[in-house]
Amino acid sequence: MNIIKKFSLGVLITLFLSFSANADKIKIGTEGAYPPWNSKDASGKLIGFEVELAWTLCRYIGQQCEIVEQDWDGMIPALIMRKFDAIMAGMSITAERQKAISFSQGYADEVASLAVMKGSSLEGMDTPAGINLTKPNAAAKKALKTLTNALAGKTVCVQTATIHQNFLDSGDVGKVNVRTYKTQDEVNLDLASGRCDAALAAAVAFSDYAEKSGKPVVLVGPTFSGGAFGNGVGVGIRKDDTELLNAFNKAIDKARKNGDISRIATKWFGFDASM
Amino acid sequence: MDFELMISSLPKLLNASLITLKLLTASLIFGLFIGLFFAILRVNKNLIINKFAYGYSYIFRGTPLLVQIFIIYFGLGQIEYLRSTVLWVILKEPYWCAIIAFSLNTGAYTSEILRSAFQTIKPGIIEAGQSLGISSKIIFFKIQIPIAIRQSLPAYGNEIILMMKGTSLASTVTLMDLTGVAKYIISTTFKPIEVFIVAGGIYLFMTFIIHNVIKFLERKYSY
Repeated sequence: MNIIKKFSLGVLITLFLSFSANADKIKIGTEGAYPPWNSKDASGKLIGFEVELAWTLCRYIGQQCEIVEQDWDGMIPALIMRKFDAIMAGMSITAERQKAISFSQGYADEVASLAVMKGSSLEGMDTPAGINLTKPNAAAKKALKTLTNALAGKTVCVQTATIHQNFLDSGDVGKVNVRTYKTQDEVNLDLASGRCDAALAAAVAFSDYAEKSGKPVVLVGPTFSGGAFGNGVGVGIRKDDTELLNAFNKAIDKARKNGDISRIATKWFGFDASM
Repeated sequence: MDFELMISSLPKLLNASLITLKLLTASLIFGLFIGLFFAILRVNKNLIINKFAYGYSYIFRGTPLLVQIFIIYFGLGQIEYLRSTVLWVILKEPYWCAIIAFSLNTGAYTSEILRSAFQTIKPGIIEAGQSLGISSKIIFFKIQIPIAIRQSLPAYGNEIILMMKGTSLASTVTLMDLTGVAKYIISTTFKPIEVFIVAGGIYLFMTFIIHNVIKFLERKYSY
């Protein structure tokens, strides 16, 4: 009996200690499936731009951190339900998401692009190199029209709950057949298999896939930014957690001033994606 | 609790459950034929035929449905040779991939259900048929199969319900079934509890209907 008592007490104390040890750790959620933003190495360890940046930001905040993995489609609900305290998962700051959570200032930005397999009829569209959708100018509007005609009746694949899906659903490029996937990996697989006529994601996600898989994936059309594509990627934080939001904003300021963000971004993207 | 969201998402979810029902019906029909075919092979005395049928049901009952649907959808899609054949017309579509996976899966379970039902038929019944001079083919189709189907009704009802819930995996291969649409609504509202409660309620209602239909059939064909 005594042993059982001692044992249970021991268990309780251990549990208590582990809880209290966790209490002042900032938990950061990431997907681990969106290279080069965040991904996993062969041993299953989380790596990528945001993983490295997260450790840097935590050092500036001066608090211990823990990075946890979360499927993309449950990212915001998991944050709201306190599974973790911050999101760093290549999540663009959009008005729609800001209804549910707060965002820190942006730390990096990327452009989105359509991709097809080499030899597709969508290659060689006559569009500008990049268009901004926040205030589309005449050239941008013309490009959207070109895209609308080219994509009519085509199947375009995107990861679910992304800015890319929002853009296709918005009707800016007409009524395309949108197919949604749980991860970007699956989008890439189906683009390569020919089930998708085109795919839309961060341009770097495609170049990363083309490089690693050796598949002839090519970017077509203009790169997209602004509008449905949001205003850069920031740290997602619960609305009532203003203290943590301020801490992250200050840490991002410091990291930017010291050149940490551009250094890490250049390392993972191959160019300076910081903002 | 956001009751407004629950009410506004109901029509979209009900609409999506039509896809769920379509997948279920198609898979059950194909699965029943596959199951019957393999059950007949299973009661065959030839060892090779028997083992072949056993191997099929062993593989499809021994691996998760999610793995099966992924192998058929993403796995077969990677084989370049296959993409140049006629088969690709079917395999290109997520809808058919899901139906193939579901049919093969439910077919394996159905074959086991029917096999055990065949084996519970008392030899006396067959002997009675033989003594009346009925050919063994007619005995099989007019006596053994009807009895086996009646015997397997309770177990098959369970299988229908399991399969109905299994169709939720169709959302993993981009189909907008009940679960797929529920996830889509969550991705724009970030409120999983409300939407999943409504979706769960619809699944429960479908189970309720299936359960009662099977119960009715059981009573109707009881002897």
